[in-house]
Amino acid sequence: MEHPQSSIVLRAEHIVKKYGPVTALSDVSIRLQKGEVLGLLGDNGAGKSTLIKILTGFLQPTEGKIFVNEQEVRLRSVTHARSLGIETVYQDLALVNEMTVYHNMFLNRELTYAPLPLLNNRKMRELARQHLDRIGVRIPSVNSTVGRLSGGQRQAIAIARAVSTDARILLLDEPLAAMGAKEGALILQLIHNLRQMGNISIIMIAHNYAQVLEVCDRVNMLQHGTITLDKKAQDTSLDELNELVMREYRLHLPQANNH
Amino acid sequence: MAEIARPETAAPQIQPPSEKSTTFWSRLGQLFIRQREGSILVVAILLLIYFGISSSDFITLQNLRVISQYLSATSIIAVGEVFLLICGEIDLSVGSMFALAPFIVYFVNQAGIPLWLSIIVALLASLALGAFNGFVTITFKIPSLISTLGTQFLLIGITLTISGGEPVIPPHVGSLNQIMGAGPYSELIWAILIAIFFQVVLSFTRWGMHTFATGGNLLGASEAGVNVNRIKMINFMLAATLAGLAGIMEGFRIDSFDPGAGGTTIMFNAVAGAVIGGTALMGGVGTVIGAFLGVLALSILNDGFTLLGVSAYTYDIILGLAILVAMILNLRLSAWREGRS
Repeated sequence: MEHPQSSIVLRAEHIVKKYGPVTALSDVSIRLQKGEVLGLLGDNGAGKSTLIKILTGFLQPTEGKIFVNEQEVRLRSVTHARSLGIETVYQDLALVNEMTVYHNMFLNRELTYAPLPLLNNRKMRELARQHLDRIGVRIPSVNSTVGRLSGGQRQAIAIARAVSTDARILLLDEPLAAMGAKEGALILQLIHNLRQMGNISIIMIAHNYAQVLEVCDRVNMLQHGTITLDKKAQDTSLDELNELVMREYRLHLPQANNH
Repeated sequence: MAEIARPETAAPQIQPPSEKSTTFWSRLGQLFIRQREGSILVVAILLLIYFGISSSDFITLQNLRVISQYLSATSIIAVGEVFLLICGEIDLSVGSMFALAPFIVYFVNQAGIPLWLSIIVALLASLALGAFNGFVTITFKIPSLISTLGTQFLLIGITLTISGGEPVIPPHVGSLNQIMGAGPYSELIWAILIAIFFQVVLSFTRWGMHTFATGGNLLGASEAGVNVNRIKMINFMLAATLAGLAGIMEGFRIDSFDPGAGGTTIMFNAVAGAVIGGTALMGGVGTVIGAFLGVLALSILNDGFTLLGVSAYTYDIILGLAILVAMILNLRLSAWREGRS
């Protein structure tokens, strides 16, 4: 899948983020092409979450520029980013356990029998089911309350909700965290399905390199607040990624011994 | 079990609808949840039968009217508490609002304003005081348990000050008094209509959905764009307005505006009824109908004990135990809902 240069949907140039004297991101440039899945790897504290929060409008960068569809933008807020088609699924998923799947999927976008203010539950149920079928998420029933679903099912619902809007860019913050192999495989399959459809571009934060190589088109490694690797998934390997991280460990070893 | 199918194999038409097994589960779940209302209704009926057998005075028109009087004002207050509890807040000042609102009617009417308009002014004042509760709670991030405890004393103080601590006789405008509580069963009819109306609001409007979402996952709801502070504010306003309305109607019914009316007793009874009827104090769960039935059961218990000559102290013991049992059941229920054993 070769993409021409013009199809870059999201680009960040020389992003710097400082919290007082602490530099979270020293110089980060990334690009996301249309329809691709970009895996963002990095150690704890490398700045992955900070970067995602900047791209989603939650944090403002100290320096640097962001382009959406090659238009420079200053993402003022999460709502602003959302209006530009950038949706985020955080680790807490933002689902309401006591409510049904379809009410969660339509949360704050509920359909009513206008002009009556009454909810059109039938329509919402139907559309939710259709949407889940389309992207290949199978859950027992859209009528079940979310609290009764498994972790993987909930993650799938959260992703499905994010892409049921006009989202063009999806940011996934560790979608596979704290998930067993079986559940994780389901989410990887869902991401794979979304990639097949091609109209959505995804940045996925992950810890597990094997999973990333499985589902991503391209891999970026974030270390010490800067990108240290940018390769197509097929051009890199588990060994190379491990080596990169181990090099960092070795770098820290002598200092650790001196203490 | 979740299954993410590959799109090519996941064409909707060939997907085996695994709906059946789960509809069964969700049916069972709904049955269980409904059972909360069902079981409290059964309790109420059992109490009716028990007291009916124990006392020949119990199943009489007069006595059923007495029960309806216990029930009406408290259940109207409970409706507002249900909305607040579901969105994760509580209003301890409703009993004081209940006492204050009639005096606003009285003094506004004394100033030469027609009675109907005085009632509207009093309801608007209740609404404003509810907004005050909401403002203090939301702006200063004070738990409503504390902020409304403050308002509770504040409003009692205002009521005692403007009334001089003395009851007054309400203004009389014939049919208006009858409609607003003085007529036989008028308060009960209001209570039933209010319960039905707000159950519909809770279950079938965006306001209701957002109330559940706010209490169920505050951060998640706001991330989804729900204006959680607005929802809380509206529910504070609702609770105070309903409390004011209940107070005005109760005043017309007993034909006396009493500064000592309501107070913490009616407030705790309303909260107890809501909790016994299945509303979770932690938010996210509850129904208006359940609260109505909860208050009904308490009203029957209260009246039955009075007829049997059982001490009010015993009633308090039973009430206390009933609340504890209901709380434990609620926790079990939510644990079960989470699907974690």
